Amino acid sequence: MSYRLKMRLWRGDRSGGELKDYQVEVSEGEVVLDAIHRVQATEAGDLAVRWNCKAGKCGSCSAEINGKPRLMCMCRLSDFEPEETITVTPMRSFPVIRDLVTDVSFNYEKAKQLPSFKPGPRDADGKRRMAQIDVERGQEFRKCIECFLCQNTCHVVRDHEENKPAFAGPRFFLRYAELDMHPLDTHDRVELAQGAAGLGMCNITKCCTEVCPEHIKITDNAIIPLKERVVDKKYDPLIWLGNKIGIRNKDNDGRTTA
Amino acid sequence: MASTDAGVHSGVNGPTRASIPEKTLRTDRWWLAPLATFVVFVTFIIYSSWRAFSGDDYYASPYLSPFYSPCLTDSCVEGSSDFGTPFSWWQLSPALVILIFPLGFRFTCYYYRKAYYRAFWLSPPACAVAEPHSSYSGEAKFPLLLQNIHRYFWYAAVVVAVVLTFDAVLAFRDEHHEWGHMGLGTVLMWINVILIWLYTLSCHSCRNIVGGRLRHFSKHPVRYKLWTWVSRLNPYHAKFAWYSLFSVALVDLYVYLLATGVITDPRFF
Ligand code: SF4
Ligand code: SF4
Ligand code: FES
Ligand code: FES
Repeated sequence: MSYRLKMRLWRGDRSGGELKDYQVEVSEGEVVLDAIHRVQATEAGDLAVRWNCKAGKCGSCSAEINGKPRLMCMCRLSDFEPEETITVTPMRSFPVIRDLVTDVSFNYEKAKQLPSFKPGPRDADGKRRMAQIDVERGQEFRKCIECFLCQNTCHVVRDHEENKPAFAGPRFFLRYAELDMHPLDTHDRVELAQGAAGLGMCNITKCCTEVCPEHIKITDNAIIPLKERVVDKKYDPLIWLGNKIGIRNKDNDGRTTA
Repeated sequence: MASTDAGVHSGVNGPTRASIPEKTLRTDRWWLAPLATFVVFVTFIIYSSWRAFSGDDYYASPYLSPFYSPCLTDSCVEGSSDFGTPFSWWQLSPALVILIFPLGFRFTCYYYRKAYYRAFWLSPPACAVAEPHSSYSGEAKFPLLLQNIHRYFWYAAVVVAVVLTFDAVLAFRDEHHEWGHMGLGTVLMWINVILIWLYTLSCHSCRNIVGGRLRHFSKHPVRYKLWTWVSRLNPYHAKFAWYSLFSVALVDLYVYLLATGVITDPRFF
């Protein structure tokens, strides 16, 4: 069954812009990205929109739909009433380029600042070994499709541009957590996460988790465990004492910095 | 609330962002959850302050209100002190000696932090809804840096849970402290203590302590097992936080109503 969908799309660029009204013919089984493409094909041939896979896997089509950060290709029209107007804007945390397209290079800068996996020496036979349960632990974090919806929603940078230099953001806390939990990595991630990455600025209000299209439990499984690791290291006198007198921390073999 | 022009300089209304005057374009009732949280927490704070400061009507043999357990001062009514009165010199309500522990535990709890940062501090009020503050440093600086002591409150909370379990066992007595009896109060106390245990064991610090801090699960099979158990509870932590908050208040109210003679305890045997 098809119907006429009312849409409001943000049109503009760095110098300014506004929400403009459109109407297109859509059918029930379609997603917001289909409707946007139809607007492009009919009323607004010059509408800029970024997309690739249309299957929720490439992470290109991030936008805000009725104010909620979502993937346009995974947002079904059947989630809305047919008479409802659907408003689509670009992500509001990143510099806008044109229409629905933003400049997400902030995230690439943050990725560069994150030291990559650094394994220790190989076993005698030239291989590296990891037990299955240790491999499984990081699987959830590797589902990330780098849509940056979490980075966009996080109020630390969304509402405070000035925090951007000091804050890596939830997507990268995932990576810090994954590597810190990795038995073969030798880099000390806890210091980095707390210092350069600004973990302390996160107030665990969980918006990153709410918007993640891969349903990664970013806050519960990455950020809070990292915060707890910072506490282990910095604020827990029992552990500090244990380290001083040489007990505990048998788990840290192969990790270079204290 | 901080200055209202905050967003103009830095946030979603900053110069590089898509220019959209609205603080949010969300059309759902995003304000409902923070509002409900605000109302319930404020109600609980008022109720528990009144009960804690009153220093009265907290014991209806054999039931001791969880706000007053353990009762450790000389003013504790007869039969309510099961652990002696080491704080005999304390002049104020006996609740005030011990309430710091469960309150501190909840105040520094990762879930409650989320809830009150959103509902009370509006930082942020809801996802993708601009917050009103002009600057923000999260938990990186004093005083919020102190949230890091949560795990000490967790150790204390385990002790509190043991004490409340003990109280629930004592609730199998009658008003003359004869064993082998049970009333509605016994049931309520057991529901409460089970919820308290679920809340305490699903804690994120607990999850880290039992095994989360390890890098090699494979080398610590027992701790790995414990971690998987806690990890199964942990996703429901917020639920347990709410349920146990209600159950604690409910048991206290029940004891209050018994102690003031408004109701009598239905006895099963
Ligand atoms: S939980 Fe932390 S990282 Fe995630 S959105 Fe909230 S403040 Fe940002
Ligand atoms: S963690 Fe989730 S929301 Fe964030 S970039 Fe990855 S897939 Fe997107
Ligand atoms: S187009 Fe690839 S995720 Fe939407
Ligand atoms: S009690 Fe909630 S996280 Fe510890």
